[in-house]
Amino acid sequence: MTEINPNGRPHAYGFDTRAVHAGQRPDPYTGARAVPIFQTTSYVFEDTDSAAAYFNLQEYGNTYSRIMNPTVAAFEERIGNLEGGAGGVAFASGLAGQAAALFTMLQPGDHVVASSALYGGSVTQLKHLLRKLSVELTFVDPDDLSLWEGAIRPTTKALFGETIGNPGGNVLDVEPIARLGHDHGIPLVIDNTFATPYLCRPIEWGADIVIHSATKFLGGHGTSLGGVVVEAGTFDWSNGRFPVVADPSPAYHGLAFHETFGMYGYLMKLRAESLRDLGGAMSPFNAFLLLLGVETLPIRMDRHVANAEDIARFLVCHPMVERVRYAGLEDSSYYPLKEKYLPRGAGAVFSFDIRGGRAAGTALIERLQLWSHLANVGDAKSLIIHPASTTHRQLGDEELRAAGITAGTIRLSVGLETLDDLIWDLERGFRAARAAGGTNEEAAAAAGRTVEGVETEPQVLR
Amino acid sequence: MTQSTAVDLAAYQDETTIRDLIGSARTVAIVGLSPNVLRPSNFVGFYLQRHGYRIVPVNPRETEILGEKSYPSLTDIPFPVDIVDVFRTPEAVPGIAREAVAIGAKALWLQFGVISPEGARIAEDGGLKVVMDRCMKVEHARHAGRMHWLGFNTGNVTARR
Repeated sequence: MTEINPNGRPHAYGFDTRAVHAGQRPDPYTGARAVPIFQTTSYVFEDTDSAAAYFNLQEYGNTYSRIMNPTVAAFEERIGNLEGGAGGVAFASGLAGQAAALFTMLQPGDHVVASSALYGGSVTQLKHLLRKLSVELTFVDPDDLSLWEGAIRPTTKALFGETIGNPGGNVLDVEPIARLGHDHGIPLVIDNTFATPYLCRPIEWGADIVIHSATKFLGGHGTSLGGVVVEAGTFDWSNGRFPVVADPSPAYHGLAFHETFGMYGYLMKLRAESLRDLGGAMSPFNAFLLLLGVETLPIRMDRHVANAEDIARFLVCHPMVERVRYAGLEDSSYYPLKEKYLPRGAGAVFSFDIRGGRAAGTALIERLQLWSHLANVGDAKSLIIHPASTTHRQLGDEELRAAGITAGTIRLSVGLETLDDLIWDLERGFRAARAAGGTNEEAAAAAGRTVEGVETEPQVLR
Repeated sequence: MTQSTAVDLAAYQDETTIRDLIGSARTVAIVGLSPNVLRPSNFVGFYLQRHGYRIVPVNPRETEILGEKSYPSLTDIPFPVDIVDVFRTPEAVPGIAREAVAIGAKALWLQFGVISPEGARIAEDGGLKVVMDRCMKVEHARHAGRMHWLGFNTGNVTARR
């Protein structure tokens, strides 16, 4: 008989406590306080009966690190816990996780409805990879609920969106979209990478599956790729629409995952079949580094948001800036949704359009000393990129417009540096952009205002 | 699941009750245990055996399941039972609850989707603890087993070794 851990009465721990502890207790064998890195491919079985029980999923046991690993499991449970789900399954990257999450519930002939304002990598995965699997796709303007509803077909198996769109910064109205999906027996899948569970927990608003690129804010250090899929555990996969999840599985000797494992059925199938067969497993070392990041997620996100809000306000006042798209600004059309879903802040990734288009944007980026020009977000370091020439390069003009991008759009991922330094550096960039793309006076005239009273020196608004 | 809205499920999913039952029970009668190794009830029976519980199959169509003699009903079991674990339709639960009371079981445990307010009331009136819409295997694995090895959210937070 296994000993029951004498915790006493259960206590509802707060988010910050769970960000440090959930999914990992001191190692019972060694007492190690930090999560041990189990850098092993495989595990010795106690006996042949145990081995059979593990492979049959009759017992929770380790078999092979492509399917499960104790260090990775600590990361999976931590994110599953922070999101308020039944658990998590980690992957080598966010896109690997997203592909597997969809692969688990889709079969040829199915259909997906997705927001048109998505990360470029998600657009290509949904549009081209799914087509190769004979899955059809409809992109809709995420702000119009009637378009979501109108796009639903008898074969529709998933609604897909991002909490905070990339790079337009639109906030998804998760609650009515989830309700719409459930009215049709369809799960809502949310990419929550930009918000993190600290700023928004989509499951609390009805989402069924939450996906993260852990590479971004969850890790926060830009050292490690990783992804994780969390499921709420409340969706009825046996509603008749998902035989691929509910029926006895030919890929697992006839096991009916949803009936057998109930609220854990989808995650079990995601792991035991999709992760096993697609193979995009997270490395234990990456899980260790990502866990280190998650421990400080709450305090980092507070700082990311504070810096982002101040930089957004600096940009709004700047004569070289045509518009700023950040839901944290009170005049953003998304501000009411931000207040509902993201009360602690709209994240730290947003974009602005520079006056002078492509030439001005290039000049700005090339002059910067402190902002790193690269294709990532969610690092402790501040990052900047020009989507039209990088992350969204594969998209046509139509798709660019649908994603809210112009030739002058510049995306920022605001880091944890001293605010004054970030603004000082941007101001240097704007001077170079002005020289390349037009004068300050011209820019101000275009904006319909005079330069009088416009401060061009760095200003700290916090 | 339409019945579930009328039932206060949380009242039958108390963490302390569940933990106490899992820690104290030794003998578990499984009503509706299937001999088919792919059925959920068989998964649970197999698992509980591995973790040291004596399981007692209750299935009138079988003579032996998982190496244990199968009884036609709870009242045919000639020794005390701690938990009556139910894998039957909700309609069958009131009758099972009455038998559970009659044999002096300590608890009535209704598996995922087995939701019966009437059965729960009968058992409670007879002095039994009641757990509803919860899996005994999952709860054991959460509190005493290795569920965390597969990344599931156990909800456990502790700094104790």
